[in-house]
Amino acid sequence: MTSSQGLHLKTYVLILFIILFAPLGNVLLSKGMKNVGAVAWQNPESLGHIFVQVFTSPYVWLGIGSLLLFFIAYLLVLSWADYSFVQPASATSYAVVALLGHFALKETISPMRWLGVLVICSGVLVVGNTHPRTTEHK
Amino acid sequence: MIIWETIFLFLIVIAGTFGELCVTRAMKTIGEVKDFRPSALVRVMLRAIQVPWMWLGVSLMAIAFFALLGALSLENVSFVVPVTALSYAAGTLGGEIFLGEKVSRRRWAGVLLVCVGVTLVFVGRK
Repeated sequence: MTSSQGLHLKTYVLILFIILFAPLGNVLLSKGMKNVGAVAWQNPESLGHIFVQVFTSPYVWLGIGSLLLFFIAYLLVLSWADYSFVQPASATSYAVVALLGHFALKETISPMRWLGVLVICSGVLVVGNTHPRTTEHK
Repeated sequence: MIIWETIFLFLIVIAGTFGELCVTRAMKTIGEVKDFRPSALVRVMLRAIQVPWMWLGVSLMAIAFFALLGALSLENVSFVVPVTALSYAAGTLGGEIFLGEKVSRRRWAGVLLVCVGVTLVFVGRK
C-alpha cells in the first residue's frame, strides 16, 4: 500500500517536470526557428547556412536545455512506469504548449483548435487513472 | 512547403515514437531507479549508454528533433506540437506489442479521445 503510494508520488513529481519543461522547450525552439525564417530547402548548399543560423540562435539553445531537462525526467520515470502510461500522462503538456503559444508567441488559435486541445486533455484524464505498471518486475 | 511539412510531421511521429520505445526498452533492462542522488543518477546514465537499444533510440529521437526544428520553421508551435500527439496511437500500440505492456480498455478509450482531439486541431487549421 505505502510502496504503491510512493511509486505513484515519485511518478507524478517527475511527470510534473515533464509537463513543464517539454512545452517550454518547444516554444523556445519555435521562437528561434521563426527568427531563422521559413527555410528554403530546394538547394542543398543552403543547408549549411541554415545549420549555422539555427545553432547560433540563443532561443534554440535555451530550448535544447529545457528539452534536455525534460528528457532526463522522462528517462528516469520510464525505468519503472509503463511507456503507454507515461506518454499519455505527459500529454497535459499539449494544453501548456497551446497556452504558451497563444500568450508568449501571440499565435492565433481557432476555437476548433482549442476544442481539440481540450479533447486531448480529457483523454489524458481518462488515461491518468490507470495503474502506472502492468508488467512484472523482479 | 506542404510536402516538407508532411515529411517533417511524419518523421516527428514515427521516428519519435520508435525512438522512445527503444529508449524505454533500454531503461527497463537497467531496472527501476530508486536512488536520486546525482552520483547514482550518473551511474544510471553510464549504464544506459552501454545498452544498444539506447543508441538506436537516441538516434531516432535525434532525427525526430531535426524534423521538429524544420516543422517549427514552417508552422506555429500550437499546430505542430498537438499534431505530433498522433504518436499516441502508435505509442500505445507499440507499448503493447514491442514491450509487452497490457493496455486496458480504459487506457485505449483515453488514447482514442486524444486522437479525436488531434483530428480537431488538424481541422481547426487556418
